Amino acid sequence: MMHRIGVFVCWCGSNIAATVDVKRVAEELGKQPGVVFATDYQYMCSQSGQELIQSAIKEHALTGVVICSCSPQMHETTFRRTVSKAGLNPYMLEIANIREQCSWIHKDKETGTEKAIVLGRAAIAKVQLNAPLKAGETPVTKRALVIGGGIAGIQTALDIAEAGYPVDIVESQPTIGGKMAQLDKTFPTLDCAACILTPRMVDANQQENITIYAYSEVEAVTGFVGNFHAKIRRKARYVDETKCTGCGLCTEKCPQKNVPNEFNLGMDHRRAVYIPFAQAVPKIATIDANYCKMLQEGKCGVCSKICAAGAIDYKQQDTFVEQDYGAIVVATGFRPISMEKFDEYAYSQSPDVVTSLEFERLMNAAGPTSGTLLRPSDGTHPKTLVFVQCVGSRCSDDGRGKPYCSKICCMYTAKHAMLCREKYPDTDVYVFYIDVRAPGKNFDEFYRRAAEEYGVHYIKGQVGKIVPEDGKLKVQASDLLANEQLHIDADMVILAAAIEPNPTARSLATMLTTPMDTNDFFTEAHPKLRPVESATAGIFLSGTCQGPKDIPETVSQASACAAKVMGLLHKDRLVGNPCIAQPDELMCNGCSSCEKVCPYGAITYADKEFRTFEGMKVRRVAQVNPAVCQGCGACTVACPSGAMDLKGFSNRQIMAEVDAICK
Amino acid sequence: MQEVKQKAIELLQSGKVQRVLGWKTGEFFYDLTPAVFETVEEIKKDFVFSPFCGANLSKYLIAESRKEGKIAAFLKPCDSYSFVQLLKEHRIVRENVHVVGVQCNGMCDIEAIKAQGVKGVTAVRQEGETLVCETLYGEKSVPYAAALSERCKTCKSKKIVLFDELLGENGEDDPDCGRFDLVSKLEAMTAEERFAFWQQELSRCIRCNACRNVCPACSCEKCVFDNDTLGTANKAAANSFEEQNFHIIRAFHVAGRCTDCGECSRVCPQHIPLHLLNRKFIKDTNELYGEYQAGADLETRPPLVDFTQDDCEPSVVYTRGGNGK
Repeated sequence: MMHRIGVFVCWCGSNIAATVDVKRVAEELGKQPGVVFATDYQYMCSQSGQELIQSAIKEHALTGVVICSCSPQMHETTFRRTVSKAGLNPYMLEIANIREQCSWIHKDKETGTEKAIVLGRAAIAKVQLNAPLKAGETPVTKRALVIGGGIAGIQTALDIAEAGYPVDIVESQPTIGGKMAQLDKTFPTLDCAACILTPRMVDANQQENITIYAYSEVEAVTGFVGNFHAKIRRKARYVDETKCTGCGLCTEKCPQKNVPNEFNLGMDHRRAVYIPFAQAVPKIATIDANYCKMLQEGKCGVCSKICAAGAIDYKQQDTFVEQDYGAIVVATGFRPISMEKFDEYAYSQSPDVVTSLEFERLMNAAGPTSGTLLRPSDGTHPKTLVFVQCVGSRCSDDGRGKPYCSKICCMYTAKHAMLCREKYPDTDVYVFYIDVRAPGKNFDEFYRRAAEEYGVHYIKGQVGKIVPEDGKLKVQASDLLANEQLHIDADMVILAAAIEPNPTARSLATMLTTPMDTNDFFTEAHPKLRPVESATAGIFLSGTCQGPKDIPETVSQASACAAKVMGLLHKDRLVGNPCIAQPDELMCNGCSSCEKVCPYGAITYADKEFRTFEGMKVRRVAQVNPAVCQGCGACTVACPSGAMDLKGFSNRQIMAEVDAICK
Repeated sequence: MQEVKQKAIELLQSGKVQRVLGWKTGEFFYDLTPAVFETVEEIKKDFVFSPFCGANLSKYLIAESRKEGKIAAFLKPCDSYSFVQLLKEHRIVRENVHVVGVQCNGMCDIEAIKAQGVKGVTAVRQEGETLVCETLYGEKSVPYAAALSERCKTCKSKKIVLFDELLGENGEDDPDCGRFDLVSKLEAMTAEERFAFWQQELSRCIRCNACRNVCPACSCEKCVFDNDTLGTANKAAANSFEEQNFHIIRAFHVAGRCTDCGECSRVCPQHIPLHLLNRKFIKDTNELYGEYQAGADLETRPPLVDFTQDDCEPSVVYTRGGNGK
């Protein structure tokens, strides 16, 4: 049957119409074989635009529809609903993207128009070969996985759990809490980070719907939205979690005293068996196998002897948990970048040059100096402090920093400077900045207070060089407003290091087939309209894994993310994608190429009997499980004989599109 | 030679196998043809094993192993790689095949002998490092190495990777065989020079399909070039670019599965160095995804249909392919 095709060209206001002659596109496409109706309209997605399509379908008895408009990512669902309401199968619709792929990238109207016609022609050629498709349904596993136990992960998990769904938090460190646990005070209210975070950690621990897998990593993820399957590696702590009471006796008696303490960023030491900090959750000791004498040399055993609960188990092995999930939340967070490429700031030459996160620990009552600000080199009280902003941020030229603004540094530097001046009024505090960015609620007031009330010297300009000399740090800088060179003899320098995504995020993105940007931040499905969903269905983004954020913003995104997860878990069944793979058994070699590339495990094999010229023959042929196939199309490409095809995107359809373009 | 023939007779006589896959003389002494023998008499009469047994027997086992009874197959190192690759693709019924591994000194090419100035050859025999040729004009000798076919001069392996019994000694891989030297030369050309090179070579193609029909990796139930519903065949035929189209699609289809047996170039009546296309793919795969030899074992996952977290990024692949080198 020859199709009766209707073509609808959208102006998208002036978005398309300014660079594409929409009338000519409709006129030209109207001449294509099979096209019985063609028109243009200002906003095809509007109520009246959709009604125009629906009445044309009825009036001209259309069997196929081509809409030349924006990207199908934008309105394919809308238009499928439109044609479906007019009685057409929703998969008898094709969209030619004449906005993102045409009008937006062309300046010349002639070129734009020609390309729009070509794209429309390709869509017409494809719809000629379309067949009605019907989607199946899949059940939803009502359980969420949150990867990362910082404030983002904790908040998302708490919200989901409170809505009644079970949530598992996987945290790679021995305790949840993340970077926020290391902070001293939080801007702009100056409340103590631990005081607001640790109750949340306890809540997470006590919430019966939450299971915390601390000191664990996600090893593998398979499946798809509503039906993920994850394998979680529970790293050996060499301590029985069910027995350890967190009394901490072992962490005091362990003779191995010189292990750099990562919680204090290596500025003091811990034992080989340790609890990262007093409020750790779960509060369970962990033996660091790299430093434990018993595990390294088989000699010692002090912790085992001293543990009243008998929790020490030197023979413990990594174990695995396997679990099904309906949704996965990525909350892998950030870390400050390494300072090793920034030699001019003498970070590696002097212990008195520290990063801001290290400074947080030096100011913190639970830090290595118990909260008294002392110079790491000699333990004296620093009098002159220089803060350098944008170290590695907004740095696009030399490849050693990051092109983006890390967003939090202006505010925490104002906080540090203010706290210094408040606690130690005898200090001189300088802040070197490019510009101060303080657009949050009460942020600009906060920064102005630092500069105006606390007498912090804010100097617009960059620090060029820092030279450690005679126990001082000689800071050479320029004051751009005064247009002069400054030489400051500082006691301490604090570098506002740029932040970058947690380095494990990249392998996780690969595992989850979730896109990232060039800076390794996860990409949201839509920058404005779908900011907490990833482009991969069922994968959600919480916190700084998606981009630099402060705590209030992280928490609101975390809750938004939880709301999206709840929306998904609330459904009992999801309508699947009918565009799935289908093998032509007569052509299939049974070679297993498709099975190997299938990321969903949707392909199996069966021995089937076929009639041939030489009688009945048994052959091994591929079978696709329609409930599991997600229509990614990898199999169709891997198949050497072209036996595997994707419904709705068949090899013939794609070839027809290419032909129509190249005609 | 006699040992191989003796083994064939022995296997058939003992009833261990019902058929034997080997070689027999074709029109000339140097164009040996694969053949299935069902009786001792046939073997005694026609079975040949000589320096011209280049033909890779593994592909025949796709059909032969599905027939009644067991078949013995003589596989040279090259052939054994193809055999394993086909097993990996579930194309051969393993239990119906008795593999006899035969060592190989490299197979000769009549053209190479002629190039040495030896004409009218009627028979050859190997004597150590020398190939003694009986000719219409008396006996002549050429160094064995000079008589070798192109692919055997850069033999990648003397190892028979899978066998049920072995005649002679098993050999080793030769990673320094230099089989990619010519590919490197092509890579060093500019894009224009390279295009001209392939244009020149491929324009001689007469689309006899010999390369496809002999290739153990080209064993689809229905080749895309024979399939009317796909439209690929018509496309290739309708295009003046036909030869390139065909060979490049073929090279893509066997990428990651080609064991580099070199049969495509051996059978090409136009002497197109088709194996270079496949070797380029093998070299690229090795460089981008780590060393991989198709058919070396039954377990290793082929890199092109596998996925690991340390796979190189598409951008790296793009840069390498897109810089004109």
